[in-house]
Formats: sequence, C-alpha cells, structure tokens
Amino acid sequence: MIGRAALVLFLALSSAALAVNPDEILADPAQEARARAVGRDLRCLVCQNQSIDDSDAGLARDLRIIVRERIKAGDSDSQIKDYLVGRYGDFVLLNPPFKPATWLLWLGPLVLAAIAAMVALAFYRRAGRRAPERPLSEAEKKALEALIKDQG
Amino acid sequence: MIAEIGHYALVLALFVALIQAVLPLVGAQRGDAAWMAVGSQAALALFLLVGAAFGALTYAYVVSDFSLANVAQNSHSAKPMLYKISGVWGNHEGSLLLWVTILAVFGLAVAAFGGNLPPRLKARVLSVQAMISTGFLLFILLTSNPFARLAQPPFDGNGLNPLLQDPGLAFHPPFLYLGYVGFSMAFSFAIAALIEGRVDAAWARWVRPWTLAAWCFLTLGIGLGSWWAYYELGWGGWWYWDPVENASFMPWLAGTALLHSAVVVEKRDALKTWTILLAIVTFSLSLLGTFLVRSGVITSVHSFASDPARGLFILAMLVATVGGSLVLFAVRGPALKGGGLFAPVSREGSLLLNNLLMSTAAATVLLGTLYPLFVDALGGGKVSVGPPFFNAVFVPLMVPMVLAMAVGPLLSWKRGDLAGVLMRLKLALALAAAAAALAWLVMGGQPKTLAASGGLALAAWLFVGTLVEFAGRLLLFRAPLAESWTRLRALPGAAWGMAITHASMAVLIGGITGSSAWMEEKIQVMKVGETVMLAGHEVTLTNVRDERGPNYLAQRGTFVLKKNGQTVVTLEPEKRSYRQPPRPTTETAIHTTFWGDYYTVIGDADGQGGYVVRLYFNPMVAWMWVGILMMTLGGIVSLADRRHRIGAPVRKRAAQPAAT
Repeated sequence: MIGRAALVLFLALSSAALAVNPDEILADPAQEARARAVGRDLRCLVCQNQSIDDSDAGLARDLRIIVRERIKAGDSDSQIKDYLVGRYGDFVLLNPPFKPATWLLWLGPLVLAAIAAMVALAFYRRAGRRAPERPLSEAEKKALEALIKDQG
Repeated sequence: MIAEIGHYALVLALFVALIQAVLPLVGAQRGDAAWMAVGSQAALALFLLVGAAFGALTYAYVVSDFSLANVAQNSHSAKPMLYKISGVWGNHEGSLLLWVTILAVFGLAVAAFGGNLPPRLKARVLSVQAMISTGFLLFILLTSNPFARLAQPPFDGNGLNPLLQDPGLAFHPPFLYLGYVGFSMAFSFAIAALIEGRVDAAWARWVRPWTLAAWCFLTLGIGLGSWWAYYELGWGGWWYWDPVENASFMPWLAGTALLHSAVVVEKRDALKTWTILLAIVTFSLSLLGTFLVRSGVITSVHSFASDPARGLFILAMLVATVGGSLVLFAVRGPALKGGGLFAPVSREGSLLLNNLLMSTAAATVLLGTLYPLFVDALGGGKVSVGPPFFNAVFVPLMVPMVLAMAVGPLLSWKRGDLAGVLMRLKLALALAAAAAALAWLVMGGQPKTLAASGGLALAAWLFVGTLVEFAGRLLLFRAPLAESWTRLRALPGAAWGMAITHASMAVLIGGITGSSAWMEEKIQVMKVGETVMLAGHEVTLTNVRDERGPNYLAQRGTFVLKKNGQTVVTLEPEKRSYRQPPRPTTETAIHTTFWGDYYTVIGDADGQGGYVVRLYFNPMVAWMWVGILMMTLGGIVSLADRRHRIGAPVRKRAAQPAAT
C-alpha cells in the first residue's frame, strides 16, 4: 500500500511528459507534418540545444501549442517563425538566419573549403616546380639497361 | 585514510611527472643515456601513483564513503554497484582523474613496448607525455580535488543523475577518453619529431598503431553515446549536433584525417609537415573537447565565468599546449624535408583530398560549435546554431568524400589512371543507380525522398566500390580460385582493415539515410487491450503494472507485437521514478529487425484508464550500430597487421642527402 502511494506521489511529482503529446497533435496529418517540420527548427529556449519537438520542458509544450494554433489560424511557416522571433529573438531559431552577425558562420565553411583548395593547389604547384620532368641521361639509360639484363 | 593516501599519491605523481618531463628531454639533448632512461622508470612510477589515486577514489565510491565531498555529491548507497563505479567518472573531478590515469597507462605502454624506438625519440616522447600529465595533475590538485573531505558527512549521498545510470553510458566516458588521450601519443611523437627535426617512414610506422588504437576507442565511444541517446532519451533520435557530441566528433574527424596522411608518410615519405600539423590539431581538438564539456562553457559563457579559477586554468592550459606546439611547428616544421612527389590524381592525391575534406569538416563543426559563444562574448546577442545548420554544411562536404572513397583505393601511387578506375567501378555505379531507383519507387517518388535515394546510392556506390577493390587485390575471377585463396590468406591486416572500415561507412550511411527518411510514429493514448497498427504489425497494450527496482519505482507496460495474428515479440517499456535524485526516466523497449526497429515507450496515465504511448518504427537503425562495430573491428584488424608487430623499418644511419 505504502509502495503504491509512494509511486503515485512520485509519478505526480515527476509528471514530465515526453516531447510531442497526443493531446497536442492536430487532426489533419498534413498540418501536423508542417507543425513537426517547423518544430524541428525551433529551439526550446530553456533547454540545452534541444528542439521543441524533442523536449519535455513545459515551455517547449507551450511553443508546440502556439505553433499548432498559428497553423490552424492559417499562418505560413515563415509567419510562424517571424512571430516567435518577434517574441524571443533569433535565439529561438535552430537554423540561424543569414544576417551580418552570422555572415561568418554561414560563409565560414565556404571560406574554409576555399582555403583547403588553395593549400592543395599551392602544394601541387610547389611539388611540380621542385621536380621538373627530366628524361634519363645517357649514362642513366645504360645503367638501367645493365640492371634489367642482370635481372633477366 | 585511503582517500588521504590517494591524495598524497596524486601529489607525488605531480613531482614524478615533472621529473619525467625534464630529465629525459635534457638527456636526449645531451646524449646522456642514463638521463634518457629515467623516462621509462618515471612512467612506471607515474602509472603506479596515479593508479593508486584512481583506486582510492573508486574504493571510496564502492564503500559509499560520504565523508568525501565528491562521493556525497555524486553517489548514493542504494545505487547498483555498476553505477557506483561508473559514478567515479560521472563528475568533473573524477573524470579528470580518469583522464590522467589513462594518460599514465599510455605512458607506461611507451615505456614497456617502445623497446624498438630509438632512445632519443623514446625519451622525448615520454617527456612530452609527462608535460601533459603535469598540466592535468596541477589542474586537479589546484582546482578540482576529488579527495576533499566534508566536516560533516551526510547520512546519504545526492545520487547520480538517473539518465546516466545505464550500461551504455557507464562505459561511454572511458572509451571516449581512451580515444582522446590516445591521440596524445600522436601529439607526443609529433613534438618529439619536431625537436629531432626528422620525420621518416619509421616514425609513421610507430605513430600509426597508436593513432589507430585511439581512433578505434573514440569510434566506439561516440557510438556508445549515440546508441544511449537513441534508446534512453525516448524519441528515437541518435545525433543532435549537440556541443557535447561535437566535442567528441571533431577529434574523430581530425584523427581520421591523421590516420590517412600517416599512410602517405609511411609508404611514400611525403606530406610530413602536414601529418605533424594534423597530429597537433587532433590532440588539440581532444583537449578542447574535454574542456568544452568539463568547463561548462557550453551551457553559457556565464557559467564559465562564474568559476573563474577552473575556467582560466583551462584556458591557460589550452593556450600553452596549442600555442606552444604551433610555435614549435612554425619554427621547426619548414626544416622537415618533403619526400616523394605525386600527381593530384593518385593514391596520395586521394588521401590528401580525404585530408582536406575531413579537416574542413572538423573546422566547420568547430565554427558552428563555438560561434554562439563568440557572438555572445562579443555582445552580439544570443544565436542558436542547431542541427539544420550542421546538416546543411556537413552533407555537402561528405558527398564528395564518399564518392572519392570508392575511387581512391583503386588509384595507383604517384600517378593514377582515373578513367581506368572508373571503368572498374561500372558495377558500383550501376548498383548505386539501382539502389536510388528502388528507394524512389518504394517511397512513392515524392520530392522529399530525393535525399534518401541519394544517400542509399552513395552507400551502394561505396560498398560495391570497396568490394571491387578487395576483389582486385585477390585477382578474383581473373586468376584461378586457388590463387585468389592464396592471396586472400597472404593479405595484410591493413588491407582487410581498410576494406572493412570503408564498407562499414557504407553500412553507416545506409542506416543514417534510412532512419532519417521514412520513420513511422504513433503517439496516442491507449487503454489496456487496445491495438494499433505500426509498420504492418499489430501492437497491443496488454498490461500496465507497477514494479520496484533497487533505487526506483517503475510503471511497466506490456506490448505484444503481432504480424498477421502471429505473436512476434513481447515488449516491456518502463517509466521510472528514481528516488535520489528524484527524476523520471523512460526505459524504451525495442525489437530490432534487419529493416527497422519497433520502438515502444510508455508514458503517463491520463487518469481515465488510458496511457500516453509512443510507438515508432525506426527504419534501418541497426545498420548504424553494426556500421560502428564494423568500423571499430576494421581498426582492430588493421592494428593486428603483423607488420606492426615485426616493428618499424630500420632508420637509415645518416640523413639522406637533399634531392637536387
């Protein structure tokens, strides 16, 4: 009996619901699919690097419900995101927007790839300069033939 | 008393490490054999002392000695023994102690198995290892002492986060650290080579097995972490591009590049400077990874600043290690003579391409991981860099990589024949196209399945390409079968290793693609006796009952999975409530098949006789775990190559005259 009571108490204390809950899911599968796609790009602001779809925090649930309400109201995906950015700032977007503060972030990989390509190019050029193609000299040819004869 | 012995051993270890850092180095410079020999003895002493400290802390956890602050904060008397022991490294202080312990094991390994190393190189390697030990021991003793006592010990401990009380995660940190610390060997060899001013085939032959061993451990460690996330967190995800994951992924990427460039040094005496740089970068990323996780800088810049002693020490150590080694590299690197030449289209060229793509990938992950910190620190506000960013930049780097992975091993050294190789890969191309078409048809040809088709095509291309290369080595179907059999038996471990790891990459890509592409889910309230359909199977909730574990209470559901009325399997997921600390966890129950996992989660009761249940069909997830195991196995097979045991090629007496 005590065990049962304790269990109820603990389950009550820890009534954290996991991620997307049945009562949140929209009846229209297409709308729900949109809600999931949008949710994956939104950060649960109080969590460490989790999307609202993956989080069991209360705030994530609130945001999931907001997203679904907006979808039902006929907002487009970008309108929903704009609305949430207006409330919480860029921090809410897991996919950072392209703007001056993130130029370095988005262009960085391209710059890095370009640097890598240039390093490779310089490497092959230098190697090419260091070893000009040169035919064998007469003496070397004779030595080579002698070696081949030896083997045979 | 035992804790004090542990603390004392740690202090002694610091002094031994200082001796090991200085004497062999000076000895090597002067040519003093006795001073150089100190290195091996010191390595043994360091191992015994650090081992004693680690043993003392483990003992305190095993007997639940709550007079130690560390044990009181992180353990609990009712915890199962496995988690008492894994609790040793489940916290900041203990994990650092594990780090230095593993470092001491590697140091001892150099002393014990380095008999065929030239004495000077060995002395210098041991010295560099001891410098790293010194830094870490200082850090532990000055800022993170695991042996601090409490004046008033509590009656019981605070317990370990229940999410961490899991077999997968119990062994995840040791493997990760074996990987991180294993890369310190490559680092020490690189620094020793820079001091010596020479890198040759023999050097690469020594470095490669250590790097390979570290890489195997790290691969397995990352795999364990990912597997744990998959079955423990309860929604079937396995990779989140979380900073903590990225911290272990960056050294893996750099380490993979290092393994490949060391091949070029060994076989062709080229890319030496680059290999040295990679060794430094790989270990620096390992250090960075350790510190990113340990310093709390990831959570926020502010938590980092709130404990300035630790944070500043970490920063100083990083700057000293990375900065110091890069300065040494800048000064001595240019003196290393380049060796063999090669054309861009050649085996070496393909290995260099691997290196450039891997390095770019590692740098990109680093950029994405640290960017929010920089922006925040510079007052640019808070930005999130999440999975959408990483997927967008990472996939374009990996596609050419995988395409080249099938081609590279078929190219000959120095100058390859690309057209000829592509002719040999006709079969791979055809099967890749078939895989893409098949995936397209199976998934109903929607535009969003394009990526999945592409992923499966890549996997098929790489898998078949690897088989073609392997068959080529055996002259399969071109020579009599008897000869192929003889060749198969004579094939070196390294050739097997490469074939297995490259094929494992294909399996891994298959799994990643499949599990991201067509997952099926049922999230709903179910009453006992109800049935839902999941991926062609009937799933019935037959029972929900309460269970009592050693340190938790659980609500356990029973699902019966049926196919056409025939029972396939019974699955029993749990929702647990731990007592100390009071936290809920989900324990999923998974039925794994070749084509996918049936993944069940039981949630809260809705108060009207129903329960929130989550049922997922996650396609091809097992492929990922098999891929990671294969990858590790391939590394081990390559490690068993008898050429590693016979030892390195003998170094030539005099340095070669410079090429004219």
